[in-house]
Amino acid sequence: MTPRWKFLFAGGLVFILLVALIFVPILRRRMKRAAKLQQQSEEQARRELTQPIAINPGDPRVKTKLFWASDTIDPALVPITVDLPLSSDPVLRSKQVLNTLLAGPVDAELRTLPPDALLLAFYLLPDGTAIADFSEALANSIPSGIASEQLAVNSIARTLEANVPQVQRLKILIHGQEVETLAGHLDLTGTFVVNTKPVQAPVQLGPAALTPDKAPTKVAQPERKP
Amino acid sequence: MRNILRFSAFSFVGLLSVALLASAMVSPSQTPSQSQLPAAVTPQSPATPSVTSSQAPGAVAGTAATPSAAPVQQGGLNVVVLDPAHGGTDPGARGTGGIRESEIVLSFAMEVRRALEQQGFQVVQTRQGNEDPSFDDRSATANAQRGAVFVTLHISSTGLPGTVRVYVNSDLAPVAGSNGFIPWDRAQVPFLGLSRTFGDFVQGFLAQRFKGSPETAQTASVRQLRTTAAPAIAVEVSSVTVEDRADLDRMAPGVADAIARGAAAFRPSYVVPTTPGALP
Repeated sequence: MTPRWKFLFAGGLVFILLVALIFVPILRRRMKRAAKLQQQSEEQARRELTQPIAINPGDPRVKTKLFWASDTIDPALVPITVDLPLSSDPVLRSKQVLNTLLAGPVDAELRTLPPDALLLAFYLLPDGTAIADFSEALANSIPSGIASEQLAVNSIARTLEANVPQVQRLKILIHGQEVETLAGHLDLTGTFVVNTKPVQAPVQLGPAALTPDKAPTKVAQPERKP
Repeated sequence: MRNILRFSAFSFVGLLSVALLASAMVSPSQTPSQSQLPAAVTPQSPATPSVTSSQAPGAVAGTAATPSAAPVQQGGLNVVVLDPAHGGTDPGARGTGGIRESEIVLSFAMEVRRALEQQGFQVVQTRQGNEDPSFDDRSATANAQRGAVFVTLHISSTGLPGTVRVYVNSDLAPVAGSNGFIPWDRAQVPFLGLSRTFGDFVQGFLAQRFKGSPETAQTASVRQLRTTAAPAIAVEVSSVTVEDRADLDRMAPGVADAIARGAAAFRPSYVVPTTPGALP
């Protein structure tokens, strides 16, 4: 190889290297953006699939207490009363209030649950144990910490307590599975006490309710008052 | 002949290396598989307890064990098990400025350790580097001690920066028909009252130093506390959202002092168990 060719070859290599240095970061950024968009659209699709059970305008409108974060005391919950058409069936009613809780308050700062979290399923056992199955976003997107995780669970439990008296205890699953903690701190292996008062009316099991033999096996664990 | 000798030597060295490698791989990694913690039996040693004896005040923590210059009380509360939360692949809470909870709590633990040793406590850490022992391994480290309390250190990702909260475990269902055994998954049950007292002492000292912190300990279902058979608290500092890590570092001496003074104040309330992990 003549020195001229060697020079041209080296020059070519340097040119390719420069082009790569300029375009690789741009390409990586575009790929990341595309992946994010795809993730968002999947989440949107899941949301659309799970939303139809939400609110039925034909149901009587009742004053519903939803527990979101306080803007004055940190970390604490405050009840916000809204008029919602709620079903008399405890399972549907629970789904309706939890979906409204997940949708969040007008002021996003007062959210207790991540905006992309979804309620995938809700069951009520005859003994008053409710099983709420949330999407992975509840665990992945929640700010990690004892205070924030406890606030999230409290907002779910207190909202159920205020609006669905049939729910006595709450078990939280993530994507159908029992997990050890919500986001590294709060214990999700047991059930949370929701209502200590005796049930006023017999539990009416909705179509989505589980019979005991179909219930997840590891429900009975230490109870704790959130 | 020389070739044969050389071949034999290489073969011998090779076989020796293989044998050493195999023995290293086969050596058991102790993991606690406790379903029940017998009250009268010393629990199994934790997987990797970073146990060193107490060091002289001012000595560099986390190095080789050296005998303590501080006087250690015989009987009663002698040991504080410090648990810097998270670690390894689990960074815990992460701030926008690249602050990682797992790193901050480790540096806080060093400061707390020094303060506790000055109060005459022996300190045992559940981790001293960037490891991530399981919840059960960390509890096992505490449950193997006699006359110990347990403090798990956390940094939150929310809350008013510059405040500190102490948590004790929420009420757990009482242990029925335990026959002297403490179920592993509810090891904290007999200690809830003592944990509350200990937590209130520490929170009281923290409230004096960090304005905006609560006066008494809060309750939460903290996973780490549930399997700990000792008075146990979680201390959570707010928060990783600070722009400069130095803001958190400045809090470390105050947090350390409050924990040490809280532990010292709790000493007279402590009921001495006869064996490690036993009922108070």
